[in-house]
Amino acid sequence: MVDTATEACIAAVCRVRPPGETVDGRADADVTVLASRAPIDARRHGELLAPLITQVLDEAGVGTGDLDGVVAGVGPGPFTSLRVGVVTAASVAHALGLRAVGVCSLDAIPDADASQDVVVVTDARRREVYWARYRDGARTEGPDVARPADLLARLGGDEVVVGSAAHLTPELAERALPDLPRYPRPGALAQLARAAMLAAEPPGPLVPLYLRRPDATPPAAARPPETVPPTGATL
Amino acid sequence: MTTVLGFETSCDETGVGIVRDGELLADALASSVDEHARFGGVVPEVAARAHVSSIVPTVERAVELAGERAGVRLADVDAVAVTAGPGLAGALLVGVAAAKAYAVALGVPLLGVHHLAAHVAVDTLEHGPLPQPVVALLVSGGHSSLLRVPDLAGAPVEPLGATVDDAAGEAFDKVARLLGLPFPGGPPIDREARSGQVSIAFPRGKAADGTLDFSFSGLKTAVARWVEARRRAGEPVPVADVAASFQEAVADVLTAKAVAACRADGINTLVIGGGVAANSRLRALAQQRCEAAGIRLRVPRPGLCTDNGAMVAALGYLQVEAGVTPSPLDLGADPALPLVRSAARS
Ligand SMILES: [Zn+2]
Repeated sequence: MVDTATEACIAAVCRVRPPGETVDGRADADVTVLASRAPIDARRHGELLAPLITQVLDEAGVGTGDLDGVVAGVGPGPFTSLRVGVVTAASVAHALGLRAVGVCSLDAIPDADASQDVVVVTDARRREVYWARYRDGARTEGPDVARPADLLARLGGDEVVVGSAAHLTPELAERALPDLPRYPRPGALAQLARAAMLAAEPPGPLVPLYLRRPDATPPAAARPPETVPPTGATL
Repeated sequence: MTTVLGFETSCDETGVGIVRDGELLADALASSVDEHARFGGVVPEVAARAHVSSIVPTVERAVELAGERAGVRLADVDAVAVTAGPGLAGALLVGVAAAKAYAVALGVPLLGVHHLAAHVAVDTLEHGPLPQPVVALLVSGGHSSLLRVPDLAGAPVEPLGATVDDAAGEAFDKVARLLGLPFPGGPPIDREARSGQVSIAFPRGKAADGTLDFSFSGLKTAVARWVEARRRAGEPVPVADVAASFQEAVADVLTAKAVAACRADGINTLVIGGGVAANSRLRALAQQRCEAAGIRLRVPRPGLCTDNGAMVAALGYLQVEAGVTPSPLDLGADPALPLVRSAARS
């Protein structure tokens, strides 16, 4: 599984236990992380990801032919790096004839057992954050993109803030948990994808969560020469 | 047998090609050109997003075509080639990520190639091996270059000349917009020009400066001034004549310099590629001037001149056959890949 929605370039191999399967007569954990790498280098996901995939496969002793599915964090995240993970996952899945399951990257960041509401924030650049709110491990709001001040204005009093952008502004940092989770956790991504991975119906194609429209301003409209009168034209 | 899967995403075309032993088995293409039309030019972020949604379906289509034609399956692929540059950064990155993923998943080598060298290599699919060296004239919306190509297997490709401002295709787009013709401007200008007369003497930028460089910005401005003067005078704009005269100016400069490049180096084969190579006047004038100069002209059919995956697979195939060292898996997309090698830097 891969996630390139944050500064971390994540590649991991996980074993996902089908329901009811037991190991030595006892139920194993749903998800076991066999190998995982997550270097922090926001600008080099394109270079880093493919070698990391071969490394974690080697480390886990798993060949590409042993894989049963591919999981991708589909963001939200900065467009260029986000695309690296999504395209890589979709391509690997197609090449191996496997299903590719997309998961909201923010969902894999918080620890599920927090007693308070948790707001996850990651860096959206341009002084904005991607964010989502969770209660008892379930997303209750978002994902969305906002300026930190606007996000804080809509929060109640008792949410804690986690995620890689939790220290982006002093106001966010005031609510940041000490020792907070910053990046998507591979085990959580696999756990979140588990149901879709084991479901009978194949999932749809991976779709990145951009949450912003492309920057593009149309140039001044062309004037068809024959139809526009030379003077007194109202456009 | 050697089967190569090629990826091209340097601009607005998602191209995936499959070449086996020098034979084109599949050339699948998805274009986001319609999404850019209202902007009058390619919007990088729109192009990159379109590549993401198109890439796997385009590979599926290519594999289907190769299967129908030759029973080739994805598992038969021996190497993956990809345009590493030059081009739009975000767009390139999608193709590079996909190519690496297929290479890793299929357990085959990766070859990062130069986009312009691939434009030259594609001609081998139609007209067989290229003599060494050749002169290549590559003209499109993104590039206008004259190159000396010794061979395509990794020996340095030498730039002989290039545009100093707009690419030739860009000039077509801008003039089309001036004339109220749709984007991209090449096909509608070619169409209009057929019923027009070459009656306006537009300038030939850098034609007589003794270099092999081009300039199209002055030409574009001259067309704009001419059209504006007509409008101010309250006279109708003869669109067909303007298109024909503009197209003539572009074709004149490009072919004159290409022939001069061949002569200067004593090279007797000229290859023309890139989207503008589809222009009927450029093809006709190049043919006429090459014949007069004793130069053999090679132009792939229009569908192979524009950006596509076949050209990348064609170059990848030549490189595999020549034993070129594969690219490392940390190959990066390089928007400004310099024109020195046909193999992308590692
Ligand atoms: Zn091109």
